Amino acid sequence: MLTLRNVSARYGSFQALFDVSLEVNAGESVAVIGPNGAGKTTLLRAISKLIDVSGGIAMNGRSLEDVPAHEVIAHGISHVPENRRLFPRLTVEENLKMGAFLPQSRGRFAERLEFVYSLFPRMRERRSQLAGTLSGGEQQMCAIGRALMSGPKLLLLDEPSAGLAPVVVQSIMELVKRICREGYTVLIVEQNVRQVLQVVHRAYLLETGRIKSSGTAAELLDSGTIRKAYLGL
Amino acid sequence: MDVFDIFLLEAVLNGILLGGLLALLSLGLNLIFGVIDVVWICYAELIMIGMYAVYMLHVQLGWPLLAAMAAGVGIVAVLGALLHQFIIRPVLAAEPINQLLVTGGVLFFLQAAATLAFGIEFRNLGVRMAPVAIGEMSFSAPRIIAFAVAVAGVAATYLFLTRTYVGTAIRAISQDRQIMPLMGADPDRLFVITSAIGGALAGLAACLLVLQYDIHPAIGLSFGPITFLICVLGGLGNLVGGLVAAFIFAQFISVGGFFFHIEWGYVLAFVFFIAVMFWRPQGILGGK
Repeated sequence: MLTLRNVSARYGSFQALFDVSLEVNAGESVAVIGPNGAGKTTLLRAISKLIDVSGGIAMNGRSLEDVPAHEVIAHGISHVPENRRLFPRLTVEENLKMGAFLPQSRGRFAERLEFVYSLFPRMRERRSQLAGTLSGGEQQMCAIGRALMSGPKLLLLDEPSAGLAPVVVQSIMELVKRICREGYTVLIVEQNVRQVLQVVHRAYLLETGRIKSSGTAAELLDSGTIRKAYLGL
Repeated sequence: MDVFDIFLLEAVLNGILLGGLLALLSLGLNLIFGVIDVVWICYAELIMIGMYAVYMLHVQLGWPLLAAMAAGVGIVAVLGALLHQFIIRPVLAAEPINQLLVTGGVLFFLQAAATLAFGIEFRNLGVRMAPVAIGEMSFSAPRIIAFAVAVAGVAATYLFLTRTYVGTAIRAISQDRQIMPLMGADPDRLFVITSAIGGALAGLAACLLVLQYDIHPAIGLSFGPITFLICVLGGLGNLVGGLVAAFIFAQFISVGGFFFHIEWGYVLAFVFFIAVMFWRPQGILGGK
């Protein structure tokens, strides 16, 4: 579904990604793990065209090279950004409405809203509350719900567990699992290696802008380097 | 009622009428600052262009007044969009002082252009309306019309910003500019739309002012400073604060003018403004 071929990206003179190639197949959930500053967020920003990149990015065989950032979502890619980035002074429902901003999404707003509310009943309770007043876990639900409002094929999740209490992290990971079961393809970036490897099919290890290894979740959980560097075993 | 009480009540009601007009004046400027983070120092000059547009179409070309006014709103809306596209957009990432200087340059350009095109003589539409008498009080008809239309304009803007996708997106982009593309919204397009709305509000204000005031190339200087001060008083970029500040300012001008002299009303309003700036430099409802 999503293919990256030799993607490089830089911020000024600092190169953040070096020839990254990866693949996400339809129906799969894939994680990109790695330490702080490895380029994980940059990778998702590159896919969403929020930064300039070189190399090939294609969605369902169609190149995103000449696609501006605001049209990427029309190709079925929806991005939950780092730190959730809700609109704090809009209500929960208005935030969800922004997720359905595309003209082709507006007609199905009511139907999708119902779906998001059935997925997150808490959001229905809080629908007219300002998003800035939600708890961290609720904000993450709202951010994921907002990204689902466009009816995407591929969901990009940037550190959904960041800044959340351990028990909330657990429920967010359950949620990611459920979203995969609903039929969404997911590419998730995480520092919380142990927990994310429990919910995804495959993973790539990204270090200092380069893919260092990849495999199924089970393989990576067993691999010596990952056990030592990221799981503390 | 005592004669004094009646005159006081009349002054208060006149203040409310003026408040509606000032609220409309400040809304466009405030909206643009709140969303794009740029102060259009030349905002009142757009109003001046709108007044000339209505005058030229109605008096020189003989269009019906309402048609001339509708065209005036449209012309200033387009002018607002062009101002953003060609003047603001290139300096969007520049220092605030540069943005201020650029729009300040547009102010003098528009004044000079109007002087060249229309000369310095005062012009007016020549519309005369009988005052409206309520009991023993009397009110100017253009002021009542201005109040009603201004309230309708503010209400329409509110409904647009809260009920439509594009309006909600305009509020959203004022809170987080970088991630708007992830929603499928083109920030450049939202900024142009916001600027056109700001222009349309200036055009609407022009239609109301042209019924009450003579037109000349420097007329913007009569409204510009007070419009800007109202926005600052309410909390720059805070739309509700701007509306509240407009009505407070109008009462100072109207009631203060009643107790002393009309010029004193303005003095009191500005003294109040300075006092508030000491007490709450972020404005009455400003959060920062």
